[in-house]
Amino acid sequence: MMKSRRSFLKISGACLLGLGVKPVLNAFAQAERMEIAPNPNALRAGRWALVVDITKCRDDCTDCINACNRAHNIPDLGRTKEEVKWIWNESYEHAFPGVEHEFVEERVKHQPFMVLCNHCDNPPCVRVCPVQATWKREDGIVMMDFHRCIGCRCCMAACPYGSRSFNWTDPRPYIPEGRMNPDFPTRTKGVVEKCNFCVERLAKGLQPACVESCSSGVLTFGDLDDPNSEVRKVLGERYSIQRKPELGTRPRVYYIL
Amino acid sequence: MLEKAFYGSRSYYAWILFLLIVIGAGAGCYAYQLVDGLRITGMGRDISWGLYIAQLTFLVGVAASAVMVVIPYYLHNYKAFGKITVLGEFLAVSAVTMCGLFVIVDLGTPARAFNLILYPTPNSILFWDMIVLNMYLVLNIVIAWNVLSAERKSTPPPGWVKPLIYLSIPWAVSIHTVTAFLYAGLPGRHLWLTAILAVRFLGSAFAAGPSLLILLCLLVRKVSKFDPGREAIQSLAKIVTYALIASIFFVGLEFFTAYYSQVPGHIHSLEYLYFGLEGHAKLVPWMRISALLAIVALVFLVNPATRRNEKTLAVAAALTFISLWIEKGLGLVLAGFIPNPFEHITEYSPTAPELMITFAIYAIGLLILTVLYKVAISVKEEAA
Repeated sequence: MMKSRRSFLKISGACLLGLGVKPVLNAFAQAERMEIAPNPNALRAGRWALVVDITKCRDDCTDCINACNRAHNIPDLGRTKEEVKWIWNESYEHAFPGVEHEFVEERVKHQPFMVLCNHCDNPPCVRVCPVQATWKREDGIVMMDFHRCIGCRCCMAACPYGSRSFNWTDPRPYIPEGRMNPDFPTRTKGVVEKCNFCVERLAKGLQPACVESCSSGVLTFGDLDDPNSEVRKVLGERYSIQRKPELGTRPRVYYIL
Repeated sequence: MLEKAFYGSRSYYAWILFLLIVIGAGAGCYAYQLVDGLRITGMGRDISWGLYIAQLTFLVGVAASAVMVVIPYYLHNYKAFGKITVLGEFLAVSAVTMCGLFVIVDLGTPARAFNLILYPTPNSILFWDMIVLNMYLVLNIVIAWNVLSAERKSTPPPGWVKPLIYLSIPWAVSIHTVTAFLYAGLPGRHLWLTAILAVRFLGSAFAAGPSLLILLCLLVRKVSKFDPGREAIQSLAKIVTYALIASIFFVGLEFFTAYYSQVPGHIHSLEYLYFGLEGHAKLVPWMRISALLAIVALVFLVNPATRRNEKTLAVAAALTFISLWIEKGLGLVLAGFIPNPFEHITEYSPTAPELMITFAIYAIGLLILTVLYKVAISVKEEAA
């Protein structure tokens, strides 16, 4: 009995050791991995940012929201509790709690404010993720790996902008008929998702879907590190505000009122 | 030693059967959740952590409280606790196991749970929570099992157990501190963004855990020939008294900071919990009952006559436990999300399957506790 237990433990130990060594071998194997050449037309930046000129925004227009929903296969669950949202409208008082006051300009009071992920320079969601399923790219875009995410929702608790959505159920049956975009993945239940500043379009040299769809010139997308960029020009000329700047997350979405 | 768990009375087996039925029902509900997703719960985009994570938070405290019997016995050589340290450590084993299960059932994609180990992330508090909880589980199993085996053989425990016992003391503090850090470092969640959250957690833990241990000791004395001893129970009662005073005081501090500073964000969640916010007041009756129970318990505990009387002490311990369960296992986690980052108010109620899964995890915890206590008590009955 003792002998067989001992040999069992020996074999188990050897197996565990083997499992432990495998990742090391894999690391060496990766030296030979293929490099994929990036698209030469891809848009690049030191730090991407979005400026929303709300003075040009039309009340009844939802072009940016629709374009985003289409581009990213966002489901329409019809239940507010479980909604998946990448861009949506909030009123001024809810988008900027603490900034609103009773004597604010009537126009601003009733204007819808499009809100989305702020792609913070110092993102709390990245800090709390236990599996690195969300991370910040060098160009400042905060990314989500739908295949790595374990669905713990720490990032949702950490995001002070309510910008993250969780797939409480399988979203695929809820993608409206005929609206499926085969070029962008659909998600599974149990993972978090959010706006990605259209990295898949930037890689092809295209502007984000919301920016492209907006015919009123509300949205300006560009590189904060480039002093000649359109966003820097707009930010240098007009007074702009950010959502909850006091939290130190340094949001990269700016609003001109 | 484990074989001792198989010899029991009819009522022992009936109790085990009852727990297994609850576990089976919960497993069925969990299968439903696996297929349909977490939509079957009452959670949503505004309240993204619900009953599951709230139970984790509360039970971490119950687990950590084992240190309240370990410190006096091992550091101060307080002999009266010698009989119950194993009971405290086994309670911790059961509580930590439940904590782990509550994390698993809360995951959207549990099949990927091993990503926590495959991609170690030192900047994530959940990563550290996993480390400290699992280590604490191992520590308590190893320590309690070895000490109990030694007691069975009437020999002193092996020498290598001693350093582990000393390690388990700061480790118990660490599990609750790290769990508090899951909340206390998040920007924009005013109720949680408070530096005293970790000590608040420890205060309520050292009241709730020993309260439960008092009740368990009284129960053990009733159903077995093993008597944990009046002195041990009375000492636990004093620990509960001081910890409850600290816990109430800490909640008072939160009220002072919020209401004296008048910063709206800091007031909102407390207002939602205790008075109702913009007509939303689902948790108000709960929180008021919790406050009331804490005060009644405190009166019973501070008064020497009622503390010394084991009947009134049992009532006080039960009230303390329920009060702190409401405060931490219900209010604290939910109200952190109310109002949401847009200052919209969404309320939360758990659904029937969500409740069933929660009950089942508690049943698993009770099953582990029953089996371990059965072993411990059988050994102690023999040794006596």
